Amino acid sequence: MKRVFIANRGEIALRVIRACRALGLETVVGASEADRDALAARTADRAVCLGPGPATQSYLRPELLVQAALGTGCDALHPGYGFLAESPQLASLAREHGLVFVGPSCEVMELTGDKLRARATAARAGLPVLPGREVSGGEEALALAHEIGYPVLVKAAGGGGGRGIKLASAPAELRSLIGLARSEAGAAFGDERVYLERFIAAARHVEVQIAADHHGAVVHLGERECSVQRRYQKVIEEAPAPLLAGATRAALTEAAVKLARAIGYRNLGTVEFVLDAASDAFFFLEVNCRIQVEHPVTEAVTGRDLVALQLRIADGAPLGFATGEAAVGGHAIECRLNAEDVANGFAPTPGTLTHFSVPDVAGLRVDTHCHPGAVISPYYDSLLAKLIAHGPDREAAIDILLQALEHVEVEGVQTNRALLRSVLQHPDFRAAAITTDWLERVQPAHAGCVGSPAPQGSGAEVGQ
Amino acid sequence: MGLTDDDVREILRIVGDTPLAELSIETSGFSLYVRRAIAGADASGATPGPGAGVAQAAAAPPQSEPRRAADEQANGLVTIAAPMLGTFYRAEGPGRRPFVEVGSAVGPDSTVCIIEVMKMMNSVPAGLTGTVVEICEENAQLVEYGQPLFRVRPA
Repeated sequence: MKRVFIANRGEIALRVIRACRALGLETVVGASEADRDALAARTADRAVCLGPGPATQSYLRPELLVQAALGTGCDALHPGYGFLAESPQLASLAREHGLVFVGPSCEVMELTGDKLRARATAARAGLPVLPGREVSGGEEALALAHEIGYPVLVKAAGGGGGRGIKLASAPAELRSLIGLARSEAGAAFGDERVYLERFIAAARHVEVQIAADHHGAVVHLGERECSVQRRYQKVIEEAPAPLLAGATRAALTEAAVKLARAIGYRNLGTVEFVLDAASDAFFFLEVNCRIQVEHPVTEAVTGRDLVALQLRIADGAPLGFATGEAAVGGHAIECRLNAEDVANGFAPTPGTLTHFSVPDVAGLRVDTHCHPGAVISPYYDSLLAKLIAHGPDREAAIDILLQALEHVEVEGVQTNRALLRSVLQHPDFRAAAITTDWLERVQPAHAGCVGSPAPQGSGAEVGQ
Repeated sequence: MGLTDDDVREILRIVGDTPLAELSIETSGFSLYVRRAIAGADASGATPGPGAGVAQAAAAPPQSEPRRAADEQANGLVTIAAPMLGTFYRAEGPGRRPFVEVGSAVGPDSTVCIIEVMKMMNSVPAGLTGTVVEICEENAQLVEYGQPLFRVRPA
């Protein structure tokens, strides 16, 4: 492997460039017209313009990405996260043309992308799954919901990553939801299949980072907790999961490794679980075949460069370490600073950054593509920066993050900074008494803490 | 009754999908004048209509056509830019004569090159009448979206 094509943008493109440089690899970034002058395009050894700004004409076109990679003499392709990171089509097209795809095989991605197949495979491998199954119509759904008990979640087989999920609390609601859920799933994922799953009221989201090489070695790099969520999207992530019983941690991580072995997983991945806060029972949710947005918290506590590890594994290198070996320890927390208007339903607030600076705080890492003058485009997601704090314990990490948020300066677009600060200061968060419904339950209390209005863009199309 | 932003967008969309070179719409208290930035289109005598709130915009040409921009620095040359990323081919195949050379006369529908994306061969039309004065890229190279391919002196 000599030259890596980066089929992504923003902070993750920069993150991949950094890992490539550490390994002595050259980089080519594929950028849309809107990202031509963005930091990633300027930082890479070379950048090529894929197409117009809308992702459907640039970042979501496998044939353009592979053509660009081949035309620039790359021998590997890193998909980042979002966009086509978990697209079997991109992975197979890359492989067909002799490019090393930095990720698992397209067959594994096909399996895990079908959430129903993934669920069945996990169950066969001995992992606990929530009661539920596929339903094709209203009557069948009502009968199943009666059996497993309300409330139930209606999930799209082609969904995942928090997309395509609806909650039904009663039969009437389920009856009206099911048809809509099927047609929405068909429109969004090209797959109408939906399934029901029991809803856990007090749920924690815990996920296990796994790594597997091409020589049969599979390890885990501990777990992360991402229970501060809004509409199934993560807001704050941390490692390790606080207040997790040792036996539960051992069972979770063992289950993740078992599943990775069962499906012949290669490279880095994440096995997500839902943990019942009341009973500590956990259930398999899904496998993510990509580097996660929140990977830096695992890097902080393990001391490993996960993106470099992805590249080395893809290049055929053995893992070279065992689970738990040489861990750094401590506690790490990441928060996502977004360009969004919290008071206005978290609407994205694209615009130009007239000012942007992050403070120099011991224990703080900032992954960002932002700088003064950077344009936050309406075409893509609203992430401005990931602030990652690493301290000897959770309290210390929270304090570092609060200090960072106090001194981070963003002008030109509205951000969710006030919300992040109030979450980190909240007694519930300090006590790690957080479940996935927590933020939305307490959020009305935060609606008033947003800053002064900033110029706002029109409707945004989220690219990932 | 004035036009809303959505009305204007809808009009631009319609103009973009048709071969219209210019369009003028007037309602009471509002007039809209749209002219497409097509080289060679007769724009003489085209002046925006009077009235409050005159909106003027150049509609984007349909995607399948190459993007063109008049070379502003000099001499009225028009650039034919790559309408997509891909491999630039000056001829239909190896050993075949190039579609155009410097000095070739082209019309709007003359094919000037092929851009290949994963075995899909996309013919690129000149989009204007004129004479090729410069070929900006080497054969069989990767070209980026929007990269200048030819410069043409409009007839």
